[in-house]
Amino acid sequence: MSDAPVAGRIEQLLRDLAPQVLGAVARRHRDFAASEDAVQEALIAAADQWPRDGVPDNPRGWLLQVALRRMTDHIRSEIARRDREKVVADDTPIVVAPALYSEPQMDPHDTLVLLFMCCHPALSPASAIALTLRAVGGLTTGEIANAFLVPEPTMAQRISRAKQSVKASDVAFEMPEAEERAPRVASVLHVLYLVFNEGYTTSSGPSLHRTDLSNEAIRLTRLVHQLLPDDTEVAGLLALMLLTDARRAARTGVSGEIIPLDEQDRSLWDRDAIAEGVALVTGALPRGPVGEYQLQAAIAAVHDEAASADATDWPQILALYDVLKRMTDNPMIALNHAVATAMVSGPRAGLELLAPLDADERVRNHHRLYAVRAHLLERAGQPDAAIALYNAAADKTSSIPERNYLLLRAARLRDQYHSGTSISSGTAWRE
Amino acid sequence: MKYMLMMNTPRGGDYGINTWPKKDIEAHIGFMISFAKKLGAAGELVGAEGLASPAEAKVVRAGANGKPITDGVFAESKEFLAGFWIVEVPNAQRAYEIAAEASAAPGIGGKPLNLGIEVREVPSGPPR
Repeated sequence: MSDAPVAGRIEQLLRDLAPQVLGAVARRHRDFAASEDAVQEALIAAADQWPRDGVPDNPRGWLLQVALRRMTDHIRSEIARRDREKVVADDTPIVVAPALYSEPQMDPHDTLVLLFMCCHPALSPASAIALTLRAVGGLTTGEIANAFLVPEPTMAQRISRAKQSVKASDVAFEMPEAEERAPRVASVLHVLYLVFNEGYTTSSGPSLHRTDLSNEAIRLTRLVHQLLPDDTEVAGLLALMLLTDARRAARTGVSGEIIPLDEQDRSLWDRDAIAEGVALVTGALPRGPVGEYQLQAAIAAVHDEAASADATDWPQILALYDVLKRMTDNPMIALNHAVATAMVSGPRAGLELLAPLDADERVRNHHRLYAVRAHLLERAGQPDAAIALYNAAADKTSSIPERNYLLLRAARLRDQYHSGTSISSGTAWRE
Repeated sequence: MKYMLMMNTPRGGDYGINTWPKKDIEAHIGFMISFAKKLGAAGELVGAEGLASPAEAKVVRAGANGKPITDGVFAESKEFLAGFWIVEVPNAQRAYEIAAEASAAPGIGGKPLNLGIEVREVPSGPPR
């Protein structure tokens, strides 16, 4: 008798409440790892009971009470264990106060503090991502494991190691000092951006779960935007995600093959998401300071607002990449800048800008550099060189849809010009 | 029972997909995608991966100090593992049927490739 809409609403509610409840418990108890376990248990209990018995009047209070009770149990068993082991001096006070049963105050900043902690620069990106999805996103270990296509015990280990790192790094559960805020917000945004990309760039494997990951990144970024409405880079990242995700339905074909931007059916683009993204970025840009996410969002907006690929305002995109390129030494930006230049001034101009990237260790051997150069050579009327580079790019990418796309791109040229030979391995293996 | 089906691909010649006409590559990709979908829908697919080009492959051994010693690239080997499926099926017979279907993946002109597929049982361990 599972009622899908009700179950969906409950799941949404639980995930909205998860960081608030965890924030309150962690702020009181200081032991983040144990608090996180307690809240997970409360969430699982709720997911089990609420669909059957109905949602309680005060769902947050319910979760909090259950989580606090779990914490008490945990502390009691810790005391019992210590008593048994007799390793703790008798005068070490461990307080299991009756106050535990009173409801701690909810602080709207708790969720933000939680995010700062989970995305702390002391954690590796993989740890930060896993911890953020579980502690702030309210996802179960199984769901996160699914999303990253790893076995559940592997993800459980990763989360547990992440919690140990939090403990070891002595990250306090408190709001960072004012001067520390900007870099800490940047870490949070970086983690959310990685989550989004993880979901967006992979269309192989069980793609449904991957889509969920993009949705989750958007949901969490929206939450950060609500908590920090004046931060223009937060608005920029949310806009970038919405404007990129708006093209989701058009960017893959029936068999999961990649459809490049200039060949996409633009009637499939999500107009509401585009409108929201455009409004966010146009609202943020004049307020400043201008940052990388806002500029990338502005570029995505120019693409999304073009009625057709031919109608794209490439001079405008190039101008935005000019600014972006001055702000960062990210070689991927340099690569996109070269593409924009080619669209404005022809493929030769683009190819010239690629030359210095051959000396950059970060992209020298990257499939994107090969693919972009192949594309520009194709446009410059050098099919043989383009075919060889498309095939080399196909050998280097680790994404199967991308490899298929590059192989077909080479084959299309070969069919036209009859040339080129080399060897590649397997193609589409997973759906 | 679990079986691993390993697809071994001879190097070059008619097996080098990089030399095929576009429509034949499309047919091959289409076959692999619907094959995985079918196995998935039947509840028989545990996992499948296509491997990257052997051009970058290395063989690694631990040296005296435990540090990795890498060897390769092995451009001269005649065959390489292109990818694998792990299936969960009631018996070996069914695993062989699936392997035969994979072996007949279309190549140039839609002609079956009839590649050799090595079928090995994956013994089940104690529950974790």
